[in-house]
Amino acid sequence: MMTEAQVPLDLRYTKDHEWARTSGAEVTVGITAFAVEQLGDVTLVSLDVKVGDVVAAGKVFGTIESVKTLSDLFAPIAGKVVRINEALATKPELVNEDCYGKAWMIALAPADPKAVSTLMDAGAYGEHVKAAAH
Amino acid sequence: MTEPTTLRRTSLYPEHARLGGRIVAFAGWEMPIQYTGIVDEHQAVRSAAGLFDVSHMGELRLRGKYATHVVDYLVTGDVKKLVDGQAMYTCACNERGTILDDLIVYRHNQEDWLVVCNGSNRSKMSAHFAHASEHHCEFEDQSDSTALIALQGPKAFEVLAALGSGELSSLKSFHFRGAVLAGVPTTTARTGYTGEDGVEIFCPWADAPTLWRALLGVGTALGLKPVGLGARDTLRLEARLSLYGNDIDETTHPLEAGLGWIVALQKGDFIGAGALRRIAEAPLARKLVGFEMVGRGIARHGYWLRDASALEVGVCTSGSPGPTVGKNIGLGYLPAELSGVGTPFLVDCRGKNIEAVVVKTPFYRRPKVETK
Repeated sequence: MMTEAQVPLDLRYTKDHEWARTSGAEVTVGITAFAVEQLGDVTLVSLDVKVGDVVAAGKVFGTIESVKTLSDLFAPIAGKVVRINEALATKPELVNEDCYGKAWMIALAPADPKAVSTLMDAGAYGEHVKAAAH
Repeated sequence: MTEPTTLRRTSLYPEHARLGGRIVAFAGWEMPIQYTGIVDEHQAVRSAAGLFDVSHMGELRLRGKYATHVVDYLVTGDVKKLVDGQAMYTCACNERGTILDDLIVYRHNQEDWLVVCNGSNRSKMSAHFAHASEHHCEFEDQSDSTALIALQGPKAFEVLAALGSGELSSLKSFHFRGAVLAGVPTTTARTGYTGEDGVEIFCPWADAPTLWRALLGVGTALGLKPVGLGARDTLRLEARLSLYGNDIDETTHPLEAGLGWIVALQKGDFIGAGALRRIAEAPLARKLVGFEMVGRGIARHGYWLRDASALEVGVCTSGSPGPTVGKNIGLGYLPAELSGVGTPFLVDCRGKNIEAVVVKTPFYRRPKVETK
């Protein structure tokens, strides 16, 4: 089911199926293709943080809903929210269309620059997904 | 999901697997929740046609000289008014007037009735009808030998015509007859649970795959798609058709659930008649209403409904996005004074109070282009 392309090699991952991308001083966060496949048609993304908020690792920063179900969104690392993807409020379908790109959710200034490297890499996440798919 | 019992499979399970259906546990069965996606399947049913496996439903057969009386005593509708080949949506209540199950009853003839109950209530209703039949008529639970396929949507009868059974379009709504489809003996009824025109087709358990493949074979070119339980739920919600276990159950009675039209209070005695007649004498305390979300949020089954001062006043029984109506919609019980169309209230979406408003139902009504 899952192909290599659906777990980009340059990202880091959580067991709850968020991804984290380091770009310069910030870390952008979204959800993985596996999470999107489980959700189905995404109908609502609710980001419950504002720019300037400080989130702890593992803390809920929003919820994502599909026709049938709802999931919490967890911050992969601790940090300060520096940007929020406002487009998702009116275009939740971006999550189905481009979960690793246009559907990024929040950008964090990490509290600890090394925190991202403690998350799963693509290989470990690929294994995690295989286990979760059973 | 945590059911300890072994899950059962319908005879169409291999078809679902082959079609890539995502299988979930539902009412003790392994059933497809979706194939291509809930919204895609929903739209196929509204614009063309959809094919549903609903073989998990229960089929109870009552036969004999007093079968009509037994059925009439167990349900709220006046089944004595039905003619041969006619069906009726109704419900069975307990002595308190609350709902044991909602049903469709089919009169083959005065001495032969089919009662179709929800899959989740099959054991309960089977025991209930069996008990009432004792010493009065013959009872048989045919659920294990009967498959049920629903073909729904504006092109449902074109699909049947492509199978050589175009004459079924002469069936009137809530009527049924025997028909051989793709060589399979069926009882085909013009009923459904989607708000669209279409049929529900009963056939022998083992023959369902033949019929299923034949329908998809001729129907795919017309836009027919297999549809899972996910879209079945969004379709029925837009049409404001009740879901047992969500909108109605043994704590609700048909009058507050907006099902007064299926209760024949004036007919002779039936189980729950006394309670329902008493309830009908006073104004209703609460009503099941349809609502639309005004703020950003999706109501879900079990969410609290709150009044303007944020007091808990009711509960959401069904809620989801409505793919055709393009809004987030729901059903819920509200106090009568808050049940009028246009009344604003709040839905507690996991701690966030989101604005909603009572609206007229059904949320969706199919365009009238019938040629009956």
